[in-house]
Amino acid sequence: MDLYAENILDHYRDPRHKGVLANADITHSEANISCGDEVTLHIRIEDNRIADIAWEGTGCAISQAGISILCEELHGMSVHDATALTKEDIYELLGIPVGPRRFKCALLCLHTLKNALHICEGEPVQDWLQTVEIEDE
Amino acid sequence: MATNTPDVRSQFTALRMKAPPVYLDCAATAQTPDAVIDAMDEYYRTYCANVHRGMHGLTERATLAYEEARKTVASFVGAMYTSEIIFTKNCTEAINLVARTWAEEHLQKGDTVVLSLLEHHSNIVPWQQLATRKGVHVEWIPVDKEGKIQTGEIDAILQRATVKLVCVTGLSNVTGSRPDIASMTKKAHDAGALILVDAAQLAVHHKVDVQEIDCDFLTFSGHKLYGPTGIGVLYAKRDLLRNMPPFLGGGMMIQDVTMEGFTPAESPARFEAGTPPIAQAIGLKAAIEWLSGYSWEEMEAHEQTLMTACMRVLQRMDGVSVIGPHSATERSGCISFTVDGVHPHDLTDLLGQEGIALRAGHHCAQPLHKHLGVPATSRVSFGIYNTEEEIDLLEKGMKKALDILKI
Repeated sequence: MDLYAENILDHYRDPRHKGVLANADITHSEANISCGDEVTLHIRIEDNRIADIAWEGTGCAISQAGISILCEELHGMSVHDATALTKEDIYELLGIPVGPRRFKCALLCLHTLKNALHICEGEPVQDWLQTVEIEDE
Repeated sequence: MATNTPDVRSQFTALRMKAPPVYLDCAATAQTPDAVIDAMDEYYRTYCANVHRGMHGLTERATLAYEEARKTVASFVGAMYTSEIIFTKNCTEAINLVARTWAEEHLQKGDTVVLSLLEHHSNIVPWQQLATRKGVHVEWIPVDKEGKIQTGEIDAILQRATVKLVCVTGLSNVTGSRPDIASMTKKAHDAGALILVDAAQLAVHHKVDVQEIDCDFLTFSGHKLYGPTGIGVLYAKRDLLRNMPPFLGGGMMIQDVTMEGFTPAESPARFEAGTPPIAQAIGLKAAIEWLSGYSWEEMEAHEQTLMTACMRVLQRMDGVSVIGPHSATERSGCISFTVDGVHPHDLTDLLGQEGIALRAGHHCAQPLHKHLGVPATSRVSFGIYNTEEEIDLLEKGMKKALDILKI
């Protein structure tokens, strides 16, 4: 299967939810330093649900399509479900074979989400190792 | 006579394969000719033994081969004495050795180490670590928009600071530009400073003569020179080595050990603690001997042809910006470039799927990339076995990849 599958290129060329959210409850940025990919996530929460979401960023097709696809999924999702997302969920969403060269590109969206939610809950942020080694609950 | 590329390629197992890689990543590591693999194979199969230990025939043969390798390297760089060649793990370790021994002993708080902005992290971080340990200053020689060293700035730094060491690359692994190291050496010496030349890239593409340059330290690695990984070289002038403390402690680097302490051995043993990279030294000797079958003139002419052809291809592609000197004749070894709106990792990933090997990233030169205002670049680099047909394949591959990534 192709890393640059049609859905990846579609989201890369035509990103969803890209922009700024004026009344966001959380704004958080993360980067994949080895590649120079950057993502800033804006989330508005109402009744424990993600009522609105937007993102800004620069980087490779995999990282930028990743956050675009994840935001579509997150829109309207409960905070509880969002907190429970795993790297396997992200791989399933992307639907592409992510190898050792590109897993950080693919998981930058999850890493940013995890830490945005940690900050929202007043918890300490997690490092990359925790993001890439998260096990199914 | 031009280098006969089909003949060269026939000497590499990887390039004799049915669908050989279009390997344009020699600046990271070069492919290994069979002669090098065979030499190491022979050591492991027929006279595998440790060196400088024991009296049996195998160890004697291994020791002779290891020390012959040192002679070959000494002659390759034009060293006056064989003992001026120290084997290390890689080029990085060779630079660290100088930082941890000579610089540790001779630099005081307030002294300055000068680096160029072209440097690889291996010629930056050891000096930053030294700065932290000893309160030494690090000053930078800037580069212009084409990535060329602004030599006038060196004079200014040498005048205003107590410079003890200038560290500079002989050939940039990003811009392909070649600082005038002979003139920089003279400037450094006139100011009472020493100079270290990182020849990791230079040694593969041009003749290195330490007498002609008059540098004090010179470092390079085996695997970029068609040799094996796991071996690097430090050349240092004999008088400097005599006054340098040991690097790592262990076997081989001592003359005498008592319960109270130790007396270090003379160079080169003083700087080669533990079992050295024996097979790798034998492989490096084979690589240098293999390479000496070609003249520098023909290798340089061959690589210049590739450089010119590749620059032409890149310069006529929409949105491509080449980093470094615009003129092909002012560069050697590699071309780094960016493509508007395309991340280098996407481009090189797609090229990789077509069997075309380029490198993407900051090439271990983050300060230079930051200075040039680009987070990352894609890099094409050449070796003796590359062909103009491969440049055509690169052009086709790039067109296909950019078509896929087109926004």
